[in-house]
Amino acid sequence: MAVDLSTTLCGVRLPNPTVLASGILGLSCEVMARVARSGAGAVTTKSCSLRPRPGHHNPTILKWEAGLINAVGLSNPGVEVMVEEIRAAKALLAPLGVPLIASIFAETIYEFGTTARFISEAQPDLIEVNISCPNVDAQYLQMFAADPYVAAQVTRRVKLNTEIPVLVKLSPNVTDVAEIARAVVEAGADGITAINSLGPGIILDIETRRPVLAHGTGGVSGPSIRPIAVRCVRDICRAVDAPVLAIGGVASGRDVVEMLLMGATAVGIGSAVAYRGVEVFHEACTEVQAYMERHGYDDLDELRGKALAFL
Amino acid sequence: MDLPQTVPIREIREDTLAIRTFVLDAELPDAEPGQFVMLWLPGLDEKPMSIAHPAPLTVTVAGVGPFTMRLHQRKVGDPVGWRGPYGRGFSLHEDGPALLLGGGCGVGPMRFLATRAVERDVPVTVALGARTENELACVGDFEALGVDVILTTDDGTRGHQGHVTQAISMFADEHPQFAVYACGPEAMLVAAHRLCREKGLPGQLSLERYMKCGFGICGQCALDGFLVCQDGPVFDVEQLDGLRDFGQARRTATGRRLPIR
Repeated sequence: MAVDLSTTLCGVRLPNPTVLASGILGLSCEVMARVARSGAGAVTTKSCSLRPRPGHHNPTILKWEAGLINAVGLSNPGVEVMVEEIRAAKALLAPLGVPLIASIFAETIYEFGTTARFISEAQPDLIEVNISCPNVDAQYLQMFAADPYVAAQVTRRVKLNTEIPVLVKLSPNVTDVAEIARAVVEAGADGITAINSLGPGIILDIETRRPVLAHGTGGVSGPSIRPIAVRCVRDICRAVDAPVLAIGGVASGRDVVEMLLMGATAVGIGSAVAYRGVEVFHEACTEVQAYMERHGYDDLDELRGKALAFL
Repeated sequence: MDLPQTVPIREIREDTLAIRTFVLDAELPDAEPGQFVMLWLPGLDEKPMSIAHPAPLTVTVAGVGPFTMRLHQRKVGDPVGWRGPYGRGFSLHEDGPALLLGGGCGVGPMRFLATRAVERDVPVTVALGARTENELACVGDFEALGVDVILTTDDGTRGHQGHVTQAISMFADEHPQFAVYACGPEAMLVAAHRLCREKGLPGQLSLERYMKCGFGICGQCALDGFLVCQDGPVFDVEQLDGLRDFGQARRTATGRRLPIR
């Protein structure tokens, strides 16, 4: 009997638990549809803000020995353009049964609400609130995700402005991620996305004595951060009852299962697209299915959170 | 190489007022014609550049914006970073003659492809086009390879008057079957695409889009459902049939689609 890979995230059905993480390929409707056809259970758009942002100069995204480092600087064409792109993407995704998650970012607590209201016009299935980008620290002093009170205020403001279920995306760069998770769930978040990239970090070009990223510092992602992501997901799943979209260095079915065992409802894949291509979604699902058959699991509920008892 | 490697510029050649060729202290023996490197000016920016010669790494660059103008100001010995090679290059049809079209600084990858064709004993004709005589670049490089060269200028100051794509019709009068390879401004590629499809010729066109990563994850170079950095920059003419963006729209640094001028 075929195993059931479907999962429900904040009331939205995903045909499988793999999700295209925000910031990867989520700009063009045709490319998002291609990712869905490659087996993703949901796709997340690149974070969009009220006004267009060109982001930082290149180099913005680089591969290094154990992952990626990036400081794109939240480049995006602005909410007005993204609403059209999301509408077009939804039309392409609907026949595939793949939902769309719209990621938003804003410069102030108030503006998060405005951006959420505008993006809701495109009727995304879920809204992901990016309060944890590590590359705009110099501009805004600190991430919204660094303080439980500020993170909760952003969440409230977004919830006041939309009927669509809201995921709040948290950062690993805090002393106690569970405390932030509790604050945003109490403020009304329907679910948590965790984690955003780690750091920021620095890689130098020693010949010119300069950082390789034009921005100097950048968020670290990929295989090197996965153990930290898994630990953060454990902390969050123990602290709150809300569903978790787990992200951080996931590159295979084995890694997806690891996140599900830790209690995740769905699992994001981002940097691994650089190593395995968009085929990574289909391949990871095949690997998850093989694992479930080997262990006699019929659906994801049977294995979800099963590792928490050992931690 | 995934992180940029900074190396000194070994040699700079002024091809025309606007076009220069830079030879870097780097070897890319496995690069394919049509592939590109991300060229980094430390402290400034990084842009994709087609490879004109793999070993030593050579690029031919037109000064068209802030990045390329700053590159043109660099001197021999100055450090430049590179990473790559990236993308899908040309695959040479070896069962008939090749017609290569280079418009403006599109001559760079054509030089690499012509070199490869000569190595493989594929008969090559190269058509180079520019607006006027003193904008024709790298003609000597092709003559040195011993390939046939057709020149065109918009104003007729040298070679045939008109666009470089007229070489397709001229060549078709003499050859029943051949393959077309082209790099240059997108309007030229649109014309080459149309002629290839009308005449049933196999064709491969090298496109250009704004890029960030170069390896298929930022999505900035999207051309309909294709990623120019990974699925291209070289596309078969069949792949470009009916695309919304080909010849029409490109994405800027924000990701917004804008009409191509």
